[in-house]
Amino acid sequence: MTRQYRPADVVDFVIIGSGAAGGVIARELARSRFNVVLLEQGPRFGPADFRHDELAYWFGNALLNDPQICPQTYRRTVDDVATRARGFPYLWYARTVGGSSTHFTGNYWRFHESDFKERSLLGAIPGTSLADWPIDYAELEPYYTRVEWEIGVSGLAGASPFDPPRSRPYPMPPLPVKSSGVLLERGARKLGLHPFPAPMAINSVTYNGRPACVHCGFCMGYGCEMMAKSSTLFTAIPEAEATGRCEVRSSSYAFRIETNSRGRVAGVAYFDADQREHVQKARAVVLCANGAESPRLLLMSANAQFPDGLANSSGLVGKNLMFNTYCETGARFEHPLNEYKSVQVTRIVHDFYESDPHRGFYGGGGIDSRIGPAPAGWAWLGTPTDRRWGAGFKEFLEGFPRSMVAATHGTSLPLETNRVDLDPDLKDAWGLPAMRVTYRDHPDDLATARFLQARAAEILAAAGAQEVWKLPVTEAMGSPHLLGTCRMGDDPHSSVVDRYHRSHDIPNLFICDGSSLVTGGRGQPTMTIQALAFRAGEHIGRMARTGDI
Amino acid sequence: MSAHPTWSRRRFVASSAGAFGSGWLALNWSSIVRAAEHAHALAVTTDDDADGFEYLGSAGARDVAALAALIIPTTTTAGAHEAGVVYFIDRALGTFFAGQAPSFAAGLEALSAEVRAVHGHDARFAELDADQQEALARELAATSFFETVRLLTILGFLTAPSYGGNRGQLGWKAVGFTDAHAFAPPFGHYDRDYPGFSPSASVDEDDAQ
Repeated sequence: MTRQYRPADVVDFVIIGSGAAGGVIARELARSRFNVVLLEQGPRFGPADFRHDELAYWFGNALLNDPQICPQTYRRTVDDVATRARGFPYLWYARTVGGSSTHFTGNYWRFHESDFKERSLLGAIPGTSLADWPIDYAELEPYYTRVEWEIGVSGLAGASPFDPPRSRPYPMPPLPVKSSGVLLERGARKLGLHPFPAPMAINSVTYNGRPACVHCGFCMGYGCEMMAKSSTLFTAIPEAEATGRCEVRSSSYAFRIETNSRGRVAGVAYFDADQREHVQKARAVVLCANGAESPRLLLMSANAQFPDGLANSSGLVGKNLMFNTYCETGARFEHPLNEYKSVQVTRIVHDFYESDPHRGFYGGGGIDSRIGPAPAGWAWLGTPTDRRWGAGFKEFLEGFPRSMVAATHGTSLPLETNRVDLDPDLKDAWGLPAMRVTYRDHPDDLATARFLQARAAEILAAAGAQEVWKLPVTEAMGSPHLLGTCRMGDDPHSSVVDRYHRSHDIPNLFICDGSSLVTGGRGQPTMTIQALAFRAGEHIGRMARTGDI
Repeated sequence: MSAHPTWSRRRFVASSAGAFGSGWLALNWSSIVRAAEHAHALAVTTDDDADGFEYLGSAGARDVAALAALIIPTTTTAGAHEAGVVYFIDRALGTFFAGQAPSFAAGLEALSAEVRAVHGHDARFAELDADQQEALARELAATSFFETVRLLTILGFLTAPSYGGNRGQLGWKAVGFTDAHAFAPPFGHYDRDYPGFSPSASVDEDDAQ
């Protein structure tokens, strides 16, 4: 059924990366009758391959970029020498067909109207790259709706007074509330706040031929054995293949985008599973490899014509890396919650979403109810410092079913000093330059985290917790949210791609993924990345049809 | 409340990259899969008595088992001893944790040397009384060796039994975790009588008790 192309065939599009964005764009372009090769550096798994195995998935990088073969280095500032990651990668993403949508948690709220114009609303913040987006919420609204209906999102329209306007309700009702959601709701209401059911990219009912969630609890960091999670692996990608015009080429690791004498891209060089080199020729390339791999590939593709890397006349490729600030507050209650069951998040508070100048710092965010990986991860890093072993530790472990976490996720200011580039020395297992991460939180990001954590602790106390503990707010060294590194904008001097995701420098090179984001919202960026992908797919198809590429 | 470390992935990264540097594991999936196959093969071919220890040897295994039992003691519920954590650790050191095995062995030897220095040249950690073991463990607690034993004890207590620990799912039972293909609501006490979401719902004080 699925189409096979030869590398020498000049296909209409090569799309690099099969995650939340690449899967959607492949589907849109294939449905628009273009020939598409979708390159994915990782292998392809099916639902039967996914296991409930905390050692393999959480401790062993079963789906992730493995730092032993895909090493990364990290430094806080450009003046430091970067050191190599040991256990886990600093920037982590699923290296598999479906990309990080395969292992995501599925938090799928829309960005708010303010997210697109904070520079105008708040004014400049000295020393940062805070900027308005070239598009506004109204421009993106139809595509958010398409994500909800065509990918599959459960939620309750109108439940949050802070939600931006929407043209349609959610296609599925919210997932069943968990005890952590009831408690977050209870505590928040006592404080006069407005909790609401979490929008999740997980089926609450049978939808689009996929079954409803069975509440096994293995979402975050795992592949879904039920296909209830709306990963592109189960949605857009098989739909792209069903057109008969899209080939998904897994275990194909793109290492160079090739350009011709006219300064246009002409194909993509990649390694196959046996480390043999191929070049897939194409009329245009859409880069969707995520906010870490996309800038890395552009920089690795430097040549005589583009000595600083492709699409990099602004010098901004890889810069303005944002993570979304994050921290957690634990709580223990009298009765069992059993948070290891079902989806991670069922209730959210957005009362502190907006930046408020009265706080004295930029930033805002959301608070949600959840618990993390269970149970070994909880035991390893959830341990109170005064109970790390012995009878007290055992008692803490036995409290696992009665425990929950309020997670806070917020803003990260874009800073040119925070970046992804190429390590000058370290190579990966293919001999390619390792990714080097330079990242240090802006003080306002940490202030935001502390502010949100204080609110989370108040909510948990109001909910009747027996014990509440604040986890330390520390400077981030890594994240699964990889944002801002090829930002979109109208001005070629201050952005990498235009409002349609076309690179300013090369007319047949497009970039759409987390790297496109101008600001990072308040966490949970995949919904917005995917809305951008639907919009990009539509416009790229239009341009190709009218000979504008 | 005092500051607590947490289990989140973000903290995980910070911890593995920083505080526990040399003591941390560098695992990958393929090596873990091989370890699971290895554990399965061992379970079929040995009696799991002390002579079945591939890496630690019987005396070393007794010391490690005693340390693991200090970290996760047997209380009203099973501890590291009943869950067979030492078997997991032995297999980890011979397989996916082999890269850290030399430093683990050095740590274990340092502990044994300390035991001999304090309690005589025939003394072994496993044979000390509970107070003596605990006193030594308190001194050890800040070391990367102890942190490594702690990590392996947790993994052996709470990861899948196919890796050689968590026998009879005793670790999971002790912490109230069940691995099932499916669950149905209500999931816990507090969602049992949830009346349904209403944006204007008020909080029922009685229900909160």
